[in-house]
Amino acid sequence: MSDTHAQTVPYVRDTMLPQQTPPVTEVGAIRWVRENLFSSPMNAILTILSLFVIYWVVSHLGPWLVNGIWVADSLTECREIRNATLGEDASAACFAVITERWQQLMFGFYPNDAYWRPVLALLVFFVGIAPVLFDTLPRKLLIGTLVTPFIMYMLLWGGSIWGPLVVGLGFGLGFAIIKYVSPVNSLLGTIGAIILPIFFWLYAAGPISSGITSVLPIGLEFIPSKDFGGFTLSVIIGIAAILLSLPLGILLALARQSDLPIIKWSAVVFIEVIRGVPLIVWLFTASLLLNYFLPPGTNFDLMLRVIIMVTLFSAAYIAEVVRGGLAALPKGQYEGGDSLGLNYWQSMQLIILPQALKISIPGIVNTFIGLFKDTTLVVFIGLFDPIGLAGAIRASTEWNGIYWELFLFIGVMFFIFCFSMGRYSLYLEKKLQREHR
Amino acid sequence: MVDIIQEREIDRSHMQVSDEVAIEIRNMNKWYGSFHVLRDINLTVQRGERIVICGPSGSGKSTLIRCINRLEEHQAGDIIVDGTELSSDLKNIDKIRSEVGMCFQHFNLFPHLTILENCTLAPIWVRKTPKKEAEEIAMHFLEKVKIPDQAHKYPGMLSGGQQQRVAIARSLCMKPRIMLFDEPTSALDPEMIKEVLDTMIELAEEGMTMLCVTHEMGFAQAVANRVIFMDQGQIVEQNEPTEFFNNPQSERTQLFLSQIIGH
Repeated sequence: MSDTHAQTVPYVRDTMLPQQTPPVTEVGAIRWVRENLFSSPMNAILTILSLFVIYWVVSHLGPWLVNGIWVADSLTECREIRNATLGEDASAACFAVITERWQQLMFGFYPNDAYWRPVLALLVFFVGIAPVLFDTLPRKLLIGTLVTPFIMYMLLWGGSIWGPLVVGLGFGLGFAIIKYVSPVNSLLGTIGAIILPIFFWLYAAGPISSGITSVLPIGLEFIPSKDFGGFTLSVIIGIAAILLSLPLGILLALARQSDLPIIKWSAVVFIEVIRGVPLIVWLFTASLLLNYFLPPGTNFDLMLRVIIMVTLFSAAYIAEVVRGGLAALPKGQYEGGDSLGLNYWQSMQLIILPQALKISIPGIVNTFIGLFKDTTLVVFIGLFDPIGLAGAIRASTEWNGIYWELFLFIGVMFFIFCFSMGRYSLYLEKKLQREHR
Repeated sequence: MVDIIQEREIDRSHMQVSDEVAIEIRNMNKWYGSFHVLRDINLTVQRGERIVICGPSGSGKSTLIRCINRLEEHQAGDIIVDGTELSSDLKNIDKIRSEVGMCFQHFNLFPHLTILENCTLAPIWVRKTPKKEAEEIAMHFLEKVKIPDQAHKYPGMLSGGQQQRVAIARSLCMKPRIMLFDEPTSALDPEMIKEVLDTMIELAEEGMTMLCVTHEMGFAQAVANRVIFMDQGQIVEQNEPTEFFNNPQSERTQLFLSQIIGH
């Protein structure tokens, strides 16, 4: 049939060919191995070399991990157990340091009987953040999200319940002004919604909350910031800075694109100055130098100072990442919004930012991962994050001389946090994928 | 090119030009840096008029219609749209933009929103139409451009011609009194040009005031009641279409027409 076609130049197919199964060598494991591991002599050599390296690593690390001793009171005891069961030459990790100092690594110097509070706060955080992360959940849960920060503050630091409530009232005040004054006069509404709550917090919030507290003392035991430590500290600084730096970074990115020179140049100067100086310098500034500028006697919480600095630092990075996303959008998207009569904030909120942020997701999450790991730098200004505690533990008589196990544990913990952020970013990118590729 | 249009009968019963002025442009000038793109433009558009603007590339025709809804700012002269003067007052600009629909060469649909959401966005946020009502309006116009079944797809899944028809529907959802078309068929395959032109002709038949920058001379002959030829930022010639095509006065127009119709 095909012969006759081949001999004539004008060609018309009269039968369509059915699909056929591919040859055996083109499917399954054999094909995969051939294509990926032994496709050329060079690749075959590299495959064998890699197998050897894997064997070498596993044969050295494997026994150390498998023989790990989980229950002991000190490094000496660990060694005694090893000598008794495995012999002097055997390699065995002493994970007992983690089980014995577990609480300290997790909570720092937080009072023992209050450990439930950070744990509950973390649970509250996950419940609060869920509707933000997964839009399959009902949108009404977002109201709960707004209350989450206050509940978390209450659980972590404690004190009178009226403090957070009155602060929350300030936000309510701002919201009410936006809702009822803005339709009448939008400029007045915006300014009022910013200024009035600030005055409320500065001058009214303190007296009101202490007033109510003296009448109705409801609350939890107050725990000062200096007692926070370990992963609790890292996670609080990390989460707070991540949540605060995203909106701030977006605003900075928009400001940098502004047509108004004052707004544009303040954003440029802010971003360049913050980015241009190492984080550790900013942390020292927060911990030491700020005291020179603040009036004597003010006690401005060190942890709060650190959160502010880390937030500003990562906001500058986020701003640049988001600016990249904004620049990647075709000008037609701005014009499309403009031509329909949407105003600046509407077209940013509805058209530009959803697309620009989608493009920026990998960069934003990258910045967040970097930020979370950078929280370990607070050890240099005397806060006891896991690294700081590892130092303290190694300085104790019981665990003097141990280090692999501790740092391995800290590394694994950080990896779990960072890896889940990375996976979430992939999930988000996939979910927001709109075009056929 | 011409016969695409001539296949169909044009219903002229609603195509009346009223005495009311829709757009008035007086002594308008625009510069890009030191380059004088639009020079002393004077143009009055009556309500119901359908104007086709043509000219070589770089002649300022797109810039001219983009000035009408302030996507470009003019530096001298006046533009009065629907009785509102275009100035730097943001309120006026947003008002004019919501009254004037625009279709772009590259459609400028919002790729992250479905077709339906593209169409309801502006009515909901600018006109404050309730969502349900906005969706009904959107479906009405999507039916009109003959793609109601695509309403829940994303723009990236549609062909160019379909996307441009969605873009027209999106503008119509704002119930504009004037429509601007900026080379609506230039980015389309020949097969898809017809479906977009058909949609535009239907719009003309309903008496919409239209300004089209286009090279579709068949469209111009079929529906325009004025053709404007621009070159070097100036209006060189304008006339009703039969006269314009059969008896062009200026040499520049004759050269241009011989080049595009010669093929």
